[in-house]
Amino acid sequence: MSTELTIGFLPLVDACLPILAHEHGFAEEAGVSLRLVKDMSWATVLDRLLYGHSDAAHLVAPLAIAATLGRGRPAQPLSVPFVLGLNGNAITLRPELARQVRPEGGMGTPAEVGAALKTIAQERSKAGRPLTFGVVHRYSSHNYMLRYWLAACGIRPDHDVDISTVPPPFCADALKQGEVDGICVGEPWNSVAVEQGAGEIVLSTAQIWRRGVEKVLALRESVLEEKREGVERLIRALCKAGGHFVDPANWERNAEILARPEYLDGSAELIRRAISDQLLIAQEGPLVHYPDFMFQHREAANFPWVSQAEWLYTQMVRWDGTPFDAEECRKAARVFRPDVYRSALLGTGAPLPGASSKVEGSLASTTVVGTQQGSMTLEKNIFFDGMVFDPNDIEGYISRLP
Amino acid sequence: MRIAIIDDSAARASILQEGMAALDDCELFIITERRGLLARIGEINPDIVLMNLGNPSRDVLEEYFAVSRALQRPIAMFVDESDDESIVASVEAGVSSYVVDGLAAGRIRPILDLAVTRFNAFSRLQQDLAEAKGKLAERETIDKAKRILMDSRGLPEPKAYAELRKAAMNQGKRIVDIAEAIVTAHNLMGNV
Repeated sequence: MSTELTIGFLPLVDACLPILAHEHGFAEEAGVSLRLVKDMSWATVLDRLLYGHSDAAHLVAPLAIAATLGRGRPAQPLSVPFVLGLNGNAITLRPELARQVRPEGGMGTPAEVGAALKTIAQERSKAGRPLTFGVVHRYSSHNYMLRYWLAACGIRPDHDVDISTVPPPFCADALKQGEVDGICVGEPWNSVAVEQGAGEIVLSTAQIWRRGVEKVLALRESVLEEKREGVERLIRALCKAGGHFVDPANWERNAEILARPEYLDGSAELIRRAISDQLLIAQEGPLVHYPDFMFQHREAANFPWVSQAEWLYTQMVRWDGTPFDAEECRKAARVFRPDVYRSALLGTGAPLPGASSKVEGSLASTTVVGTQQGSMTLEKNIFFDGMVFDPNDIEGYISRLP
Repeated sequence: MRIAIIDDSAARASILQEGMAALDDCELFIITERRGLLARIGEINPDIVLMNLGNPSRDVLEEYFAVSRALQRPIAMFVDESDDESIVASVEAGVSSYVVDGLAAGRIRPILDLAVTRFNAFSRLQQDLAEAKGKLAERETIDKAKRILMDSRGLPEPKAYAELRKAAMNQGKRIVDIAEAIVTAHNLMGNV
């Protein structure tokens, strides 16, 4: 008998795996039937999850940890048995600002763009009109990636520049109205801003951290225990959907499905570009191909590395201004559940890493890693500033951050 | 008590306002515009904020409550942690509420209950409207099918309708289902 699961999502390209698992029948095939519920804000996606309207949610990774730790609302333990994808976000600035910080004809490097932006940020701050950036949520990977980049370039968030929340569907509008000077958001919303002439893309977050954890599949811990068998079926279906999503033969068709009114309700053309790692960075500008802009499948991209959760925790204490707390860190780490991922995919063709944690940002070239099942190589996974996160020395890492 | 109602549906906001106007010592403020939302909230300085669950600006507001120093007392989501039942009821109804920390639950609950009732009333109203629209579409389909029968078989209107009804009764289906089948078949045959 097929298990029924309700999954909440926001209209973003990286909601693709649950949508395609449903549309292409991977879910039914695995013995789980999905009901997808679209919302417009992460607060609502989270509410539905916490109060039982949905069994699982497409969620920004840091928010799963924040909910577990009780930041901003009463604590409720969440679990993440599957990562829905890495990166896929970009930084888009107002056109005149973008042209001042980005080299002609391309995206530039994070260090280059950051150095140029620093001068402008300081001028604006001195003039009493600091640059303002919009991110999609306080506890989002977008917020942490943007802040990581700015801080590493000597631009202090909350001092030199302001950062506020703008819901993804309003990002283009906020740029156009001058409410913000830049946004860090997922696709298709950067491309929507470009199309409207409201902004130009200067960086993709994959340039900041080559393998940055982005959206996750989150459930209440109690629901995961209750519906464990159904969740494992879902994981197998999502994994198959990932293989389908990255195959160029399916891009056209998948873009059309995602563009439908009940899903993203947007342009299939813009969605297809994101799926194929292409970005039109400016009106009339070049179509830039940035490999692994979105990263949904290869290298066990969906494996919930405990070290990813721990890295997110370091950024949470960094930007919330709270002290490192070993007990909290343990709770944050426990949100990511590689044990469930392994148990779901054992015996399938999917590669399973031998370890559950890794040193993040340490690989400068392709490396073969030990596995429990299948074979696996990991490619370059560096942070643009060369810092390395070793989960065995979390406090040391925090103290070295600028 | 100062109550701010943020709703992207002006119609629902006015239904809420009407329902809550009867509350004693409560001042109501309605916000339906996204732009300038935080500035308005700052001016109003509310004790309770009610917001429709689907409002895209919820994340903006939550961040404001988390970091703003404009408000002397922090605002918390819902009443308190133990009050799960009213929270579930309000999420079901589609209303989220933010309450200044320290307000007595006895003062908050009647307001929340009222908001939930009004939200539910609004959903029923919308349902009725959708049903009415559905009925209208059904009538159009039946009219189309009648016209097809009249044209293709030279039947007068009452006879065409009687044929539809007879077929529905014989097959145990609704008249509109038969009508739909006729319209679809007609279109497929290319006799548009």
